[in-house]
Amino acid sequence: MAFLSTLFSQVINGLQSGSIYALVALGYSMVYGIIMLLNFAHGDIIMVGAYVVWISTANFGFHPIVSILLAVVVSTVLGVVIEKVAYAPLRSSPRLSLLITAIGISFLLENGFQLIFGAGAKVVPDFLTGPSVHLGSATISFSAIVTIVVTVAMMAGLTFLVQKTKLGKAMRAVSEDMGAAQLMGINLNTTISFTFAMGSALAGVASVLYLSSYGQASPTMGSMLGLKAFVAAVLGGIGSLPGAMLGGFVIGMAEALVSAAGLSVWKDGVVFAILIIVLLVKPTGLMGKPMTEKV
Amino acid sequence: MKTNRKTIPMPMRYLINTVLIVLFILASTLFVNSDAVSGYFTKILMVIGINIILAVSLNIATGYLGQLPLGHAGFMAVGAYTGGIFLKAVDAAKATGGTYYLYIAAALVLSGIVAGIFGILIGVPALRLKGDYLAIITLGFGEIIRVVLTNIDSVLGFDFTYGASGLKRIPKITTFFNVLLCVVLSCVVIHMVMKSRHGRAILSIRENEIAAESCGIRTTYYKVMAFTMSAFFAGVAGCLYAGYLGSLQPSSFGFMKSIEILVMVVLGGMGSMLGSILSATVLTALPEALRAFSDYRMVVYSLVLVLMMIFKPTGLLGQYDFSLSRILEKLMNPKKSAGKKEGASHE
Amino acid sequence: MSEQKTKLVEVPGGIIPERDVGQPPVLEVRHLGIDFGGLTAVDDFDFVIGKDEIGGLIGPNGAGKTTVFNLLTNVYQPTRGHILLGGVDTRGKKTYEVNKLGIARTFQNIRLFKTLTVLDNVLIGMHNGMGYNLGSSVLRLPAYWKQEKEAKQQALSLLSIFDMQDLAEVHAGNLPYGAQRRLEIVRALATNPKILLLDEPAAGMNPSETAELMENIRRIRDRFGIAVILIEHDMNLVMNICEGIAVLNYGRIIAKGTPEEIRKNPVVIEAYLGKKGDAADAES
Repeated sequence: MAFLSTLFSQVINGLQSGSIYALVALGYSMVYGIIMLLNFAHGDIIMVGAYVVWISTANFGFHPIVSILLAVVVSTVLGVVIEKVAYAPLRSSPRLSLLITAIGISFLLENGFQLIFGAGAKVVPDFLTGPSVHLGSATISFSAIVTIVVTVAMMAGLTFLVQKTKLGKAMRAVSEDMGAAQLMGINLNTTISFTFAMGSALAGVASVLYLSSYGQASPTMGSMLGLKAFVAAVLGGIGSLPGAMLGGFVIGMAEALVSAAGLSVWKDGVVFAILIIVLLVKPTGLMGKPMTEKV
Repeated sequence: MKTNRKTIPMPMRYLINTVLIVLFILASTLFVNSDAVSGYFTKILMVIGINIILAVSLNIATGYLGQLPLGHAGFMAVGAYTGGIFLKAVDAAKATGGTYYLYIAAALVLSGIVAGIFGILIGVPALRLKGDYLAIITLGFGEIIRVVLTNIDSVLGFDFTYGASGLKRIPKITTFFNVLLCVVLSCVVIHMVMKSRHGRAILSIRENEIAAESCGIRTTYYKVMAFTMSAFFAGVAGCLYAGYLGSLQPSSFGFMKSIEILVMVVLGGMGSMLGSILSATVLTALPEALRAFSDYRMVVYSLVLVLMMIFKPTGLLGQYDFSLSRILEKLMNPKKSAGKKEGASHE
Repeated sequence: MSEQKTKLVEVPGGIIPERDVGQPPVLEVRHLGIDFGGLTAVDDFDFVIGKDEIGGLIGPNGAGKTTVFNLLTNVYQPTRGHILLGGVDTRGKKTYEVNKLGIARTFQNIRLFKTLTVLDNVLIGMHNGMGYNLGSSVLRLPAYWKQEKEAKQQALSLLSIFDMQDLAEVHAGNLPYGAQRRLEIVRALATNPKILLLDEPAAGMNPSETAELMENIRRIRDRFGIAVILIEHDMNLVMNICEGIAVLNYGRIIAKGTPEEIRKNPVVIEAYLGKKGDAADAES
């Protein structure tokens, strides 16, 4: 019985962290789908969002709702600004340059925040607390419930947006064929900015959920989190939104199971091992589409 | 084909180069080892040397082969730990005379070979992929190396790498002389390979892989070869690093380190060995020279990277490669070379 | 150059010039076909070419001509059929192995090594002609010097076919379009092939350049004794230089024969050359 409840709580953990990975992975997939860029800076937007919450809650004492809104807004704006300033000028450059720029932005954010706020973690005490749910001898924390519910809601919302709205259609068109989409009258810049905005907003939400689960922010928190979410996106099939969601939960569960087996020091290794296996066996991921080169 | 240019015949060129290099090594070693130079300055020079080897080795896989491996620090780590564990195992600190130098040479070669083996093991699967996918998979491998180095002792059951607490008391075998020697040898060997049919094969893959295949180039073989060479020299640099620092920690060989090296290569110009040498020197020396600067180092690094990509993606020196004798030739034929260059770009 | 009309004779597998009878055909293709998913791009492609024949492969755009070249060089693996190069089946071999066996090609969209010099481009073609190993490179052993020197001389001699030897140090990307096309041919020749596949070598050339190209192709064939297959849209070039022509439409061969036969073939005319009036213009 004790084992089952441990397993159960690990499953919940997996779903919880998986949700966060999924939200972040969505951002990676959306951006890759549209401009074929692995936006290394994406994970660091979460870090910025978390810091915003910390500043707003712990420093200014604003109401949590305000902090949440601020975090999402700042994340969104940051994402759009980065795109305009650093990525847009390189749209016709070789992809390698774009990749390196993204890496540069990521490092800039991490080291910049470290410089300004110091390397230590900033604690955000008791953010988003509420009653936990008890199922037999197992407990599901409030933050876990909120995380999973919010994530599912966001995914549903995003799917609706992408499938049913005009903007979503534009996004899909641009990711299929940038040139043709433009010829059909789609404003490229707006669509790309919107994609970044969406992805970054999700990252903002993820940062809030992260804080409710882990309670602290540090300059490098986005780095490993981003990398793992990125693995999730690749696992699911980069460019595929359902894939990103699936990938996120799989990675979350994998980590939880590894921890449950008592091997939590190997967590990172397992995630990257999954990455390598995916890339060698089916590089396009669980739900991705293959691409061929014309000779 | 008529040549009005005065050229230095082949064997002569090599003799001149060799003599100049040997003189340079002797002169600089004497200079550095004299009392005129402080220990602090010597240390900086050693770190510069290690970074030069790292940059020049990464340049093989990025600049010459045209890929973007993001796990270079992993190979450095392999070399560092190989060298460190070896030197401790043979108790090199207590060796004297010829045996001492033998141990050092053996450590360097061993580090390179083990790193090279990892290069093959990682390269064969990874190089089946291209572009972004190659970048991520090498990143993954680099991280796995770090995780394994941190945790392997619990699997092995005995103390091997000493994990997160670090491998300590490594004999400090690194001196200015052997760093310089390794730098020179690395650059010479890489240069020799690149100016041969093997080097051309590697470059052709970068330029147009499908065309290279159609010319009979065994692309997989040469991709792995370039990757392995890159890993080999990174391993040598790692060993020097271990012998310099005296202790190692897996966390110093993460993604950040790989990016630091990448910045050097990108800044110098991917495909230019001279560029890598110069930028490794500048990017190592500058933060040291401006001590107060050092907190800002990483921020500046990142900014440099971004601005470089936006404004001059080919780096400072592009693909310009260095040739001492070519410079001498240009000096001997000043007008001719200027005219020829113009004509060439007009054709 | 005399304009001998080549007489084509039937051999098992197809038609080759009379002079090549008795020797094994350099290339024999049987029932070659490839499907991409649900689409059959090439089907039942039978082809034989004599040892030093100049053959042509023509057809409307999208007929599958470049696909055939890709199949012959194993860039695509065929779904069915066999390719026999000098009697050796090339199935399952990699592209570089096929090149070593003796097929070289140029590309429809030029694929040069742009940042490398003209000489280096050709030297890369000569890669397999040199045998020195990595050790020889690093230690600069005599084998390196000797082979590099010979290769360089050979490369310059090949470049002189197109009078390009003085451009040796120019970066390939800086060459004008026509020179780039010619360089691709030289590079392909450098691989010492038995058969040369030229994919639209005259694209973008004016009539005098095309005439020069014709001369050069004949000269190459005579000097090196190799077979040449041309994909071309320039009917003047094709009709004048090719001895045997195969016409492709929708991935299938609709006609094979000498230029005269093809010119008069109603199926071909209908599919490709247009109505009778246009064919008369093409003849002039």
